[in-house]
Amino acid sequence: MQFVDEFRRPDLITKAADEIRRLADPARHYRFMEVCGGHTHAIYRFGLKDLLPSNIELVHGPGCPVCVLPMGRIDDGLSIAERGDVIFTAFGDMMRVPGTHGSPLEYKARGTDIRIVYSPADALRMAQANPDKHVMFFAIGFETTAPSTALTLMRAKKENVRNFSVFSNHVTIIPAIRAILDSPDMRIDAFIGPGHVSTVIGCRPYGWIANNESKPIVVTGFEPLDLLQSVVMLLRQLNANERRVENQYKRVVPWEGNRAALKAMAEVFELRPYFEWRGLGFISQSALRLREDYADWDTEKRFLVPGVRVTDPKAAQCGEVLKGVLKPAQCKLFGRECTPEHPVGALMVSSEGSCAAYYSYEHRKASVLSHLPAA
Amino acid sequence: MCLAIPGMIVEVLGENSDLALVDVLGVRRKVDLGLLLDEHPTAGDWVLIHVGFAMSKISEADAKDQLRLLTELGEQQAAIEEVQGYGVDFLVGENGRGG
Ligand code: SF4
Repeated sequence: MQFVDEFRRPDLITKAADEIRRLADPARHYRFMEVCGGHTHAIYRFGLKDLLPSNIELVHGPGCPVCVLPMGRIDDGLSIAERGDVIFTAFGDMMRVPGTHGSPLEYKARGTDIRIVYSPADALRMAQANPDKHVMFFAIGFETTAPSTALTLMRAKKENVRNFSVFSNHVTIIPAIRAILDSPDMRIDAFIGPGHVSTVIGCRPYGWIANNESKPIVVTGFEPLDLLQSVVMLLRQLNANERRVENQYKRVVPWEGNRAALKAMAEVFELRPYFEWRGLGFISQSALRLREDYADWDTEKRFLVPGVRVTDPKAAQCGEVLKGVLKPAQCKLFGRECTPEHPVGALMVSSEGSCAAYYSYEHRKASVLSHLPAA
Repeated sequence: MCLAIPGMIVEVLGENSDLALVDVLGVRRKVDLGLLLDEHPTAGDWVLIHVGFAMSKISEADAKDQLRLLTELGEQQAAIEEVQGYGVDFLVGENGRGG
C-alpha cells in the first residue's frame, strides 16, 4: 500500500460523490468549515467543489499558520535578523510574507543573513556549525509543528548549544475554533476537523464542539476520498440529528493523540495569556511561549524585541476571508493589487492560504478529477 | 507548511534509534523519530512525516478498512433500492439490512 493513489481512485470518488448527492437535502443549504489550511489547499487542488452539490458550501477556516500571523511579528523577527551576528532561519513558506519593509526574501536580497530550513532540527545543526553566529529559528505552526520545535529545544538545552534561539509564534487550534464560533457573523453547520493537528492532540479536545455547540465534527485526512468521506459522515450525522466527534482519519490519527509529542510541548512551552491573530484579533490563551527554564533559548528574552503592531492595509480584507465571511475573490484587491507574484496579504503567499489556493487552481480547474462529471 | 507526507522506514539509525532512513516517494531521507519512540517504529513501518519528524505511524489495517467502507458506499444504496423494489420498504432500517 502506498497510501496515496488508493485514496484518489476515480471509481470510489464517483461513489462517494453519488452518496453525498443522495444524502444532501435539496431544500437545505449546508455550510461546512474546513478548519485546516491543508484541507483548503486539497479542496482547490483536486477540484472537489465541482463534485459537491451546489447547496453544500465549504467555508475556509483559520488554520493556516502563516496567514494568521500579524505583520508586527514578522517585523519583530526581521528586526533581530538585521543584527550583524544573527542568522535568521524559517520555513520556506515564510520567505515571501510581506513585512512593513519587505518580506524575508527581500531582506535577504538586501544582504540580511536569512536562510530556509526544512526542519527546526536543521536550524539547530546550523547553530552548531556556526559557533560565532547566533542562529534564530522563526517558529510558526499549530500543534502539528510545535512538538518538533519543542524537541529541538530540549536537545539544544541538553547539548548546551548557546548560540541558538527560537522566536515562537506557535498557536493552538481550539481557541481559534472557539473564536470563529463566537463570531456573530458566522453560521457553520459542521466542521471538517484538522487531520495533522489531531495526530498530536487527538480527538478528545473537540468534544465541546459536539456537546456544547451542538455541531458535528469529523477529523479528516487530506486525500480527495478522505474529504468526500468526511462530507458523507457529516451529512449522515445531520440527517440522523446527531452531534458527535468522529475520526475519519483513523489510519493516521489515534483517538488519544501522540503522548510523547504532547509531553515535549508541555516541557518546553506554556500558554501566553493572549496573542494577536490576523483577522481574528486578540485571543486569550491561544499561543505558546517558551517556559522560564528555556529563557536562554527564547529569542524574545535574549534580544530586545520591539513589539511592533501594524494594521493591515484598509482595502485588504484578509480578516473577513480568514473568518470565512468573504470568499477570496470577493476581496477588492484579489487578482488586481494582490496576486501570488505581488502579495498584499499572507493568504496570497502560503500555499495553504485560501487566496493563493483559489488563485492557483480555481480558474484553471486542471485537476486530476477533471475527467469526472461535474456535480 | 502543515504538509505531511507518508514514507516507509527503510532502516532505523542513530544511537538511540531516534533517526531513520525513510523512503518518501522513491527518495531516501533521514527522518527524526524522536516524537514516535513510544511506538517503537521499525523497518517496513509507514510513518507520516512533517518538518523532518515522524508524527504518527500509519495503520495499513485502518487504511484497508476505510477503502472497504468506501467501496461499499454505493452497494449499500443499491441493496436498499433492490429491497424497496420488492415493496417491503418498511423492513429497511437504518443500516439498510432490515430494521
Ligand atoms: S486578496 Fe490579498 S488582500 Fe485580499 S484577502 Fe486575499 S490576501 Fe488579503
